[in-house]
Amino acid sequence: MNQWKNFSKGFIRENAVFTLFLGLCPTLGVTTTAVNGLGMGIATTFVLVMSNLVVSLIKNLIPNKVRIPCFIVIIASFVTVVELVMKGYAPVLFDALGIFIPLIVVNCLVLGRAEAFASKNTIWSSLVDGMGMGLGFTMALTVLGAVREILGSGAFFGLKMISGEAMLLFILPPGAFIALGYLILLANILKEKTT
Amino acid sequence: MDKKESTFLNMLVTLFLVTLMAAGMLGGVYSLTKEPIRLTELKRKNEAIQSVVPAFDNEPSREMEKRYVDGDTLYFYTARKDGNVVGTAVETFTDQGFSGTFKLMVGFRPDGTIIDIAVISHAETPGLGDKMKKDKSGFSEQFAGKDPANFDLSVRKDGGDVDAITAATITSRAYCDAVQRAYDALKEMEGE
Repeated sequence: MNQWKNFSKGFIRENAVFTLFLGLCPTLGVTTTAVNGLGMGIATTFVLVMSNLVVSLIKNLIPNKVRIPCFIVIIASFVTVVELVMKGYAPVLFDALGIFIPLIVVNCLVLGRAEAFASKNTIWSSLVDGMGMGLGFTMALTVLGAVREILGSGAFFGLKMISGEAMLLFILPPGAFIALGYLILLANILKEKTT
Repeated sequence: MDKKESTFLNMLVTLFLVTLMAAGMLGGVYSLTKEPIRLTELKRKNEAIQSVVPAFDNEPSREMEKRYVDGDTLYFYTARKDGNVVGTAVETFTDQGFSGTFKLMVGFRPDGTIIDIAVISHAETPGLGDKMKKDKSGFSEQFAGKDPANFDLSVRKDGGDVDAITAATITSRAYCDAVQRAYDALKEMEGE
């Protein structure tokens, strides 16, 4: 397997958010600021890489009929690890992401990669896939978060750039959909240019 | 997967082993993070207390009283200087926030007037509800020095004296709810 292609597909060609449309719930829910998007992306990447690794390691030991419960237990365990570590060492981010941290368990991206890739590929390929998809997801969330923060709060990574109000709509749910829609359009344009 | 056959025994053993290992790992991480988590929460609490009561020379977190109110607990921390009570910090909560529960630390003078209010934790919307924090806007400043006995702790829209955050009425209302809860409990305690 071409590991470079395996890694880079997560950024545009098979980007979780812009192409596969997986994990849209946390994507829309936490990206009110760039930092929140970045934090959620990193947390999800950790879970994705670890679960891909473990699933690929034990793929020959799991009977087919119980594979989904096994994947979920593995994923949920790593999400809990992330939650505990965040609580102790990054409490501000923990508060900001709130309920969306445990929801990483049901992020379709994580279960999707375990089922579609890690259970059928080598450990190394699965690791690379996890990294690529995770970082691509992180990029998507950070960009969306930055766009919504700039348009909706007039700030960038917490630094206020304008005085007074910006377009409030963008830090509310409708704005999330609108901003995401335009970013998907941009990603589609980029995809056509590179194929 | 053409590997292990899905016999009842295989499924049973596999699920058991996977969950056993998961439990083991989680137990380990829990033990490792227990102390950092406790310290982080204590630090946040102490910082919140310090920001809402005047200078003190005791350890308020050691002089703590609890009171069970509305399905959760309120905590009362007494701050003293030279033996005299200079203020009481009340850790209060509301579950009517836009994104659920959030906690405030309200500092009261011995006569019941509000000194200051700090946000301990919240999940309100950045750019809107989070303006209740001191570093985001001056919203909380209007409470300083007010006596809830004659300052109506509800937003003007509801007939009260509080200027709500623009476009964040729900958060503002919840904030008032938390402060009111703290004041009512404090008065009840004093009456005992």
